[in-house]
Amino acid sequence: MNVILDINRFDPERDSESRRERFEVCVEPTDRVLDALIHISRYEDGTLAFRKSCAHGICGSDAMRINGKERLACKTLIRDVAEADGDIVTLDPLNHFPVQKDLMVDQSEFLARFRAVEPYLNPKEAPPPNGEFYQSAQDRALIDDATKCINCGACYSACPKLDENPYFLGPAALVAAARFVFDSRDKGLDERLKIVDDADAIWSCDNHFDCTRVCPREIKITKLINLMKRTVNKYKEGQL
Amino acid sequence: MRFDYDVVIIGAGGAGLYAALEASGAGKTAVISKLYPQRSHTGAAQGGIGAALGNLEEDNPEWHAFDTVKGGDYLVDQNAAVILAEEAVRAVYDLENKGLPFSRTPEGKIDQRRFGGHTRDFGAAAVKRSCFSADRTGHMILQTLYQQCIKNNVSFHDEWQAVDVVMDGSRITGIIAFELSTGELHLVSAKAVLFATGGFGRMFKVTSNAIANTGDGPAILARNGLPLMDMEFFQFHPTGIRKMGILITEGVRGEGGMLFNRHGERFMEKYAPTLLDLAPRDMVSRAIITELSRGNGIQGSGAIDDWVNLDASHLGKEVVESKIPDIADFCRTYLGVDPAVEPMPVQPTAHYAMGGIPTDVDGRVTDGTTLWNGLFAAGECACVSVHGANRLGTNSLVELIVYGRRSGQAMAAYVKDAPAANPGSAGNDKLAHWKKRIEALKKGGKKTGDSMEAMKETMMTNVGVYRTEKNIQKAVKDITALRASFGEIGAQDRDAHFNMEVLSILELENLLDLSLHTSAAALARTESRGAHSREDYPERDDAQWLKHTLSRLDKDKIKLDYKPVDVSRWEPKPRVY
Repeated sequence: MNVILDINRFDPERDSESRRERFEVCVEPTDRVLDALIHISRYEDGTLAFRKSCAHGICGSDAMRINGKERLACKTLIRDVAEADGDIVTLDPLNHFPVQKDLMVDQSEFLARFRAVEPYLNPKEAPPPNGEFYQSAQDRALIDDATKCINCGACYSACPKLDENPYFLGPAALVAAARFVFDSRDKGLDERLKIVDDADAIWSCDNHFDCTRVCPREIKITKLINLMKRTVNKYKEGQL
Repeated sequence: MRFDYDVVIIGAGGAGLYAALEASGAGKTAVISKLYPQRSHTGAAQGGIGAALGNLEEDNPEWHAFDTVKGGDYLVDQNAAVILAEEAVRAVYDLENKGLPFSRTPEGKIDQRRFGGHTRDFGAAAVKRSCFSADRTGHMILQTLYQQCIKNNVSFHDEWQAVDVVMDGSRITGIIAFELSTGELHLVSAKAVLFATGGFGRMFKVTSNAIANTGDGPAILARNGLPLMDMEFFQFHPTGIRKMGILITEGVRGEGGMLFNRHGERFMEKYAPTLLDLAPRDMVSRAIITELSRGNGIQGSGAIDDWVNLDASHLGKEVVESKIPDIADFCRTYLGVDPAVEPMPVQPTAHYAMGGIPTDVDGRVTDGTTLWNGLFAAGECACVSVHGANRLGTNSLVELIVYGRRSGQAMAAYVKDAPAANPGSAGNDKLAHWKKRIEALKKGGKKTGDSMEAMKETMMTNVGVYRTEKNIQKAVKDITALRASFGEIGAQDRDAHFNMEVLSILELENLLDLSLHTSAAALARTESRGAHSREDYPERDDAQWLKHTLSRLDKDKIKLDYKPVDVSRWEPKPRVY
C-alpha cells in the first residue's frame, strides 16, 4: 500500500520555524514506521534526521509522536496507524525536548534528571563473599515493572505536568527512583527520601495517566508514583 | 579539537562499560560511543548468562568450559574457555551485587534455566546453567553497568563515531573521532584504546542485529593493516521472527518450547537425539534449513524463506508471561500471535560474529606474533577465541563481562607504566585526511540504499547457513564490485551538524570491508566446522583445518594466513549430541 508520511522538519541552525514535508512511500501494512523512515533516508532524502538502532523496541532510540501519540517508530506497524491507501501518518519530535534536527531531540536535560535520582544500588549491607544477596521471588516482583524502562522519553513528552512545572523530574526519572526504592537489597528511602519527597518530584504528579498510556514498555508509571507517595508518607510517619 | 586521555573505550555496551568501570580508577578515561549509553545492542540479549553456580542442580565450571569447546567445534582456544567458565561465576555474583535484578528461585537465589549445548558431565544431559532476568538479561546487564558508571563518574562522549586509529609502529597513540552533533573531527590521544564496538550482522539481509551493528572497530583496524581472525564463522540463530529476523530467545526452548515442521513432527529428534531442540545453534539452524529444503516448512514451498513453528503454547499463560514476557510482546506486536495460544513462525537469522579482532586472554590485540601495544578489544568485535566455530547461547554475555573486566584491568595496569601518548604528525595528518574525506563525502552522489541491499542479499544467499564454492565465489565477486563502485556514493546532506547520512556511508564502507573478509575466509576453508557449513566439503577436517584464519585486507584483496588452536586440555572428537 502507499501511505503518506507527513513529517515535521526543523533545523534550529537554519530555520526560524518548522515546516511539514510529505513523502509518499510504498509499504507493507506489516512494515514498521521505522522501515518507512529508513527507506526515505536511503533512497529519497538523505537529509532526514532521526535516531534508530535496535529496530524492535528495546533500545529506546526512536521515540517520536506518531499521529500525535508518543510511540517507538520500530514498535509501530503501518497497519497500526494507517488503514487505506493514501492515508496520512504524521510524525513529530517528542514534546518537552529541544529539537536538534527533524525528529532528533536533545536528551541531555532528560538524562540529567534521570541521573539526579541516583539510579544505582545503594546496598543495605556488604555483599556476601562470593555469593548473591538473597531476594525472594515476591520481593523481586516488586521491582519488575520499573526495571523494564528503556529511557526512551515517551512519558516525558506525554506528561502534561511538564507544561505547568518545567522543573518536574518527570515520569521516567521517578520510575528509576522506584526501581531502587522498592528493591529489597537497597537502602531505599534512607538514601532517596529527599530526592523523591519533593514538590518537583512525586508530589508534582496528579494522576493524568498519560505516561502510562504511552509507555511502549507498558510500565504502570502512574501506579509506581502513587506507590511511592504512599510509601513516603508511611516512612515519614515512622511506619516503615 | 584535541582531547587527551590515558584510556579511551570505544563502545558503550556490556564489554565497554565493564572495562570502563575497571580502568577509570587508574587514569583519565573516556567512553566514546556512536549511540547514547543504554542504547547499545547488549540490551537486546534475552535469555541469560551462563555460569556454573549450581543453584538448581549440580554443575561445575569445567563442564561449562568443555561444553564451550565442544560447542565451538574445537576451534576454541581451550585455556581462554577455562578462564571464561571459571570467572563467569564470580562475574555473575558481581553483577548481582551491583544490583542486577535476576529472576529468583523459591529460596531467593539466582534462578537458572537450560540453554542449548550446556550440559552436565561432559554431555550427559542438559543442565540449568543460564542465569536470567526473565527474557531481558542483556537489558538488565546494560542498565546495571550504566548505573554503576553513573555512580563512579565515568565520562562519556555520546554520539561520537570512531573513524580511525593513529599508530606509531605497533603502538597506538590515539584515535580520530567524528562528533555527530557538530560534524567536527577530533584527535583523541590515549595510551590505551579498547575497541568494544559489537557485531556486524547488518551485512546480512535477515538479522537480529541492531542497525548500529556495523563492525566499525574491526573495519578500522583492518584498514590499518591489522589481521582479523576467523571471520568466516558467523552464527545464524535458529529462531528469528519470520522475515524480520527479530530474536526469539533460545530460553523459549530452555523452558520447554519445541520446533515443529508442517507435518507436526518434532524434527529435532532426527538431528540431535539427546539434546533435541537444545542442540547448539548451528545444528538447529541447519536442521531447519534442511527441513525447509525438503518441503517440510509450514508453506511446503521448499524455499529458504519458508519457516517452521516454535511452539510454547503448552507452557501456559503464566509461564509465558513470567519467563518470556518480552517475547510474548514481540510476537503480539510484530506477528499478531500470542505464544501462549499459538506457535511462533521462525527461521534462522544472522546473529553473532564469532570472528573479529584477535586478542589474548587480557584483551591485548595480537595475532600470536605481533603485539600491538596499548591496543585492546573485547566483546563481540573481539576474537579471544572462546566461541571457536560456533558460540553457545549465553556465552556472549559471559564474554562481555569476563573479558570486558579483564581488558579493563589490563589497561589499568598498562597505562601506569606506559609512556605518554604522542600522536605527533601522524595524528595531525590523519585528522587532516579525515576532514577532507568527510567534506568530499558531502559533495553528493549515489545514495546508500542500492549498495546496502545488494550486499545484504548476496551475503544472505551465498554466505549463509549452507555454503558452496560456487556461491561464495559469487559473493566475493559481488562484494568486490560493490567496493569498487563505493566511491560513487555521496551524501545529499551538506550539514555539519547531525549529518546522519555521512554516518550511514561510513557504516556501509565498514560492512563492505568486513563482508569481503567473511566471504574470502569462507571460500578458502574447505571443510565444515561449526557455523561454517560447506555442502561441497561436509566433513570437519582436523588434519588440514584445525587452525584459526587470519585475514588481512590488501587493497581489493584479502590475504589469508593461519595460526594454531590451543587444544591443550581436550582432544578434538566428533561432535555429536
